[in-house]
Amino acid sequence: MENIYLIFIVLLAAFLGFELIRKVPATLHTPLMSGSNAISGITLVGALAASGSDNNVLTTILGTTAVTLASINVVGGYLVTDRMLGMFKKKDKK
Amino acid sequence: MESVAVLINLAYVAAAGLFIIGLKLLSHPSSARKGNAVSAMGMLVAVVVSLFDHQIIAYHWILTGFLAGGIYGVWKARSVEMTQMPEMVSLFNGFGGAASLLLGWATVNHQTLTGYEHIGLLVLLTVVLTVMIGGVTFSGSLVAWGKLSGNMSTKAFIFRGLRELSIIHLIALLVLSIVFINQPDTTLWLYLIIILALSFGVLATISIGGADMPVVIALLNSYSGIAASAAGLAVNNTILIVTGLLVGASGLILTNIMCKAMNRSLLNVLLSGFAKPTEAMEKIEGEIKVMPAADAFYVLEAAQAVLVVPGYGMAVAQAQHAVRELQALLEENGCSVDYAIHPVAGRMPGHMNVLLAEADVPYDQLYEMDDVNPRMENYDVVIVIGANDVVNPAAKEMKGSPIYGMPVIEAYRAKTVFVLKRSADAGFAGVDNPLFFRDNTRMVLGDAKDTINTIIREFGDE
Repeated sequence: MENIYLIFIVLLAAFLGFELIRKVPATLHTPLMSGSNAISGITLVGALAASGSDNNVLTTILGTTAVTLASINVVGGYLVTDRMLGMFKKKDKK
Repeated sequence: MESVAVLINLAYVAAAGLFIIGLKLLSHPSSARKGNAVSAMGMLVAVVVSLFDHQIIAYHWILTGFLAGGIYGVWKARSVEMTQMPEMVSLFNGFGGAASLLLGWATVNHQTLTGYEHIGLLVLLTVVLTVMIGGVTFSGSLVAWGKLSGNMSTKAFIFRGLRELSIIHLIALLVLSIVFINQPDTTLWLYLIIILALSFGVLATISIGGADMPVVIALLNSYSGIAASAAGLAVNNTILIVTGLLVGASGLILTNIMCKAMNRSLLNVLLSGFAKPTEAMEKIEGEIKVMPAADAFYVLEAAQAVLVVPGYGMAVAQAQHAVRELQALLEENGCSVDYAIHPVAGRMPGHMNVLLAEADVPYDQLYEMDDVNPRMENYDVVIVIGANDVVNPAAKEMKGSPIYGMPVIEAYRAKTVFVLKRSADAGFAGVDNPLFFRDNTRMVLGDAKDTINTIIREFGDE
């Protein structure tokens, strides 16, 4: 039964994603990409939670590396998106 | 512990809400920055809450990883040039894919210790998917990064048997997945899947030429999201599933927009490297008329309406600031200046917009192709800066041209066209451009930045 719920979530999230992003204008496509890239760093959460608290060396290495890579995405992605978006401004009419 | 789990999940719902609101705000330039901050807030909530999970790797490892990644991320985000955006985004895409791959691998490794009796088919299936998509994303993005940063040739790299090799890879991946799902305690199968996924990612991207790069980056962006989402299914984490799909959807939409802008199907782009080179087409009649930059000034001085069409050449020459300066001079001179941006100009979706924004060009002066084409006759001068294929009339007129059918900015219909270019060679797609031979076209050869600076100096001397 739980699987059915998961598939249900997948379906709804996919539709929501399409609806939200279709409206983003071409001007903002690059920030959208780097921003969504940052969001895909959500794998960080999985890396934190999934590896478990065992003492297996390999799991720890894999988990730590995953945390490192995902952190690059999250931190770098949000910062660079912010930097880009800060440049988009209207002309000051003189 | 039950109440903690409920709390964590409630916080995940809140985080998902923040991501959704953040994306919604991203749909307009004036609210986009706030949207990014809201989405970052969602990430913060999700991460902090996950730290309360009791099944977590040791805190000092988390801290080590986070600090290492965070410091690198901050440094990269601060130091990257806006012209280098495409390669940075593809590099980060690769990291996202790799993180998902490692997560899938860690999940299997963890299960090896606790036994397989209680993991379901869905988990195994999604682990395989996570590892495969993550692997393809990682190696594919690295190749894209290499091509975009100039460390690798941007030409499509094809060798005999490439297609067969790719097909063998796909079949082997399918077989291995089935074997792995049936014998999950033999880790060898998983390792083979990882290796094959990595090499498939390389094969899939080396055969794609530079002109198709915007599509590839958008597609890899989508993959990194789908990999995160599959990882979410594998570790049964709803926030990963939902946000992964948001990213996956955004990549797919952009891919679709890019493909439409080139009037090609996705399959066509992915297999472009295999296409037969087109036969030599009709000879282009006429001669190229070269004009020195200083003479271009006299035409611009008299112009009432100017349209700028930027392309990757502007990024390479770092000419965006010079262009902005020229715009200011022209406007002081009573001339209106517009910009027309083709969806696939540059090396990633929307790259030109970012470069012009960096140079302080207001975004309401940027127009899309469909807005500009109907009033092309009204422009006295069109300045094409390092863009070839997106203004190539062959797309309309020459059946058999590789870009035939691609919608283009119809610069040739303006009164005068200046093409700023380093040489009169064919453009990136290797297609001859009849625009260069038109009566109303003048080629201004040389580095775009130098050319524009020369014109600016002429304005100063006046």
